[in-house]
Amino acid sequence: MDGIDFDLIRGEAFGFLGPNGAGKSSTMRMLGCVSPPTQGELIILGGDPVRDGAAIRARLGVVPQEDTLDGELSVRENLLVYGRYFGLPRKLISERTDQLLDFVQLTERAGDQVDPLSGGMKRRLTIARSLINDPDILILDEPTTGLDPQARHVVWDRLFRLKQRGVTLVLTTHYMDEAEQLCDRLVVMDSGKFVAEGTPRELIAQYSTAEVLELRFAPGLMEDAVQKVKDLSPERMEVTADRLLLYAADGDEFLARVHQAGLEPLTELVRRSTLEDVFLHLTGRTLID
Amino acid sequence: MSALAEAPAAPRRGLPGSWALSVRAFRCWLVMYRRTWRSSVWSSVFGPLFYLGAMGYGLGSLVDKNGTAALGGVPYVVFVAPAVLGVLAMNSGLTNAMFPVFSGIHWSKIYLAARATMLRPADIYRGHLLFIGLRIAMNSACFVLVMAAFGLIRSWWAVLLLPAATLLGVAFATPSAAWAVTLENQTPMNYVFRFGGVPLMLFSGTFFPVTQLPGWLRPLAYATPLWHGVALCRGLSLGDTDVSAAVIHVAYLTAMAAIGLWFGARTYRRRLYV
Repeated sequence: MDGIDFDLIRGEAFGFLGPNGAGKSSTMRMLGCVSPPTQGELIILGGDPVRDGAAIRARLGVVPQEDTLDGELSVRENLLVYGRYFGLPRKLISERTDQLLDFVQLTERAGDQVDPLSGGMKRRLTIARSLINDPDILILDEPTTGLDPQARHVVWDRLFRLKQRGVTLVLTTHYMDEAEQLCDRLVVMDSGKFVAEGTPRELIAQYSTAEVLELRFAPGLMEDAVQKVKDLSPERMEVTADRLLLYAADGDEFLARVHQAGLEPLTELVRRSTLEDVFLHLTGRTLID
Repeated sequence: MSALAEAPAAPRRGLPGSWALSVRAFRCWLVMYRRTWRSSVWSSVFGPLFYLGAMGYGLGSLVDKNGTAALGGVPYVVFVAPAVLGVLAMNSGLTNAMFPVFSGIHWSKIYLAARATMLRPADIYRGHLLFIGLRIAMNSACFVLVMAAFGLIRSWWAVLLLPAATLLGVAFATPSAAWAVTLENQTPMNYVFRFGGVPLMLFSGTFFPVTQLPGWLRPLAYATPLWHGVALCRGLSLGDTDVSAAVIHVAYLTAMAAIGLWFGARTYRRRLYV
C-alpha cells in the first residue's frame, strides 16, 4: 500500500475499483481490522485498529470475497453462531434473524442446510450474517463476483436499501456497472496506489470524453483501419480484439470524419462515456493518451 | 486515512476479557457439534473398543497362558486397558487438533469467519482448544466406563483416570493445533500420524512394558509424552501409583500443554492477523 488517503463519510457508499492485485482486498482487510496497517495512520470509528481491533470489529459488518458460511449448519444456525461471536443474547439474535432473512428473501430457507444453496442465496445469507450485529459500517469485498445477472440485481437492490437506511457501505469491485449503481464516491486503485478519486460523474468528466465511438471492422482490415484512424488524431483510442474505441467530445462528428477518410466499419455505435472507459484509461493499456 | 473518524471512540470498557471471548468461541463449537456428533461416535468410541477386544482378550488369552509376572501379575487385558485409553486420548488430541484446525483456514473457513467478529486470534485458538478438550474428555469417559463395566479397573485411584487421559490428550492437542494452523496443505498432518502417532502407540509401554525393549531404546521410550501418559493412567487403574512418579508425569504433560499454548497464541496471530 502506498499513498492511500481517504476519509469515509457516514451513510455514504464508498467504492474501491481496481484490477485484480491492485490492493483492494488488502485495504479491506486493514479496514476490517484483521490485518495491521503497514505504515501511516488509520482511524476506524474513532479507534486505532491495532489497539482497539476487537472493539472496532464489534461495530463492523464484513462480507468477504470468499464465502465463510458453515455449510453443514442451517441458514438460521449460521446467523446464531455469528451472533454468538458478538456476544448477542439468543433472543435478540432470533428476532434479528427473522428480520434479516426477510430482508434478504431467505425466510423460506431458514431451516435448510447451507451447502446446497445457490451462489446468490449464499451471498445474500452472508450479507444477512454481516448485519447481525447492526454494524455502523458494512465492508463488502466484491459482493457480486461470480453471481448470475439476476442474483446480482437482487444483491444490488438490498445494498441500495441498506444505504437508504443510513448504513455506511465500503465495497470493492471490478464491475463498473456495480460501482455506478452503488457508489457515491469511489477511488480507482492500481498497484497499491490511488490513481483517481471522485464521484462517478466527476471521474467520467475528468478522465474520459463525453462520448465514445465504437467501430468494428471486417477481419483483416483492422490494422489498416487503426493506422487511418490514428491519422485523424482522436483524443484517445483503444484497440480491443474486435473493436476500435474512439474517445471524442462529439461522437457523430468524429464518425463523419471516419467516413470521409474512406473507412467503412461493419458496425458503428456512438455512446456516452461510462466508468468502464475511465477504468480502462487509468489502469489498462492505451495507445494514445 | 480515517473511516468515520468523527464517530465516538470505540468503547473499550465494554469489551469482555479474553477468557469470556474464548468461552464464546467454545460455545459456538458446541452449536456446530450438534450437527456432526453422530459421525464422530463411530471412530472415537467403537475403534478403541475393537482394539481392547482384539488386544486385551484375543492376544491377552495367549499372553496370560505364559504367566503375567512381567505385567505385575494382572491379566493382560487389565494391563493393556489403561494404555488403550492413553492411546485413545492421544489420538483424540491429534485428530481434533489437526484436520479441524486446518479446515478452519482452508475448508470450512470457520476461523476466517470468526476473525471478522470481536474474537481475536488467541480467543479463536483457546475457544477451539476448550472444545477439543471436551471431545477428548468425552471419548475418554466412554472408554473409562467400558473399563469399569468389564471389571478392568483395580483401584479407586481410577476416578482420576478421566482428568489424566484428558491432560494427556490436551498435551498433544495444543502443539498440534499451533502447528496445523500454519500449514498450507494437508499432507504433513498424515505424516504425523504415520511417523509420530503409530510408533508412539507401539513403543511407549502400551502393549508391553518398556523393560521388554532393548536397553538402548528404553531411554527414548521414557522420554515420550505417551509413555508418561500411559504410565500415569496405568498407575491409577491398577492402583500401584507411585505419587512422586505421578507428579513427574503430570508435570511433563502440563509443561507440554503449556508450551503448546504459548506457541499457538503466536502462530494463530501470525496466521489470522496478516
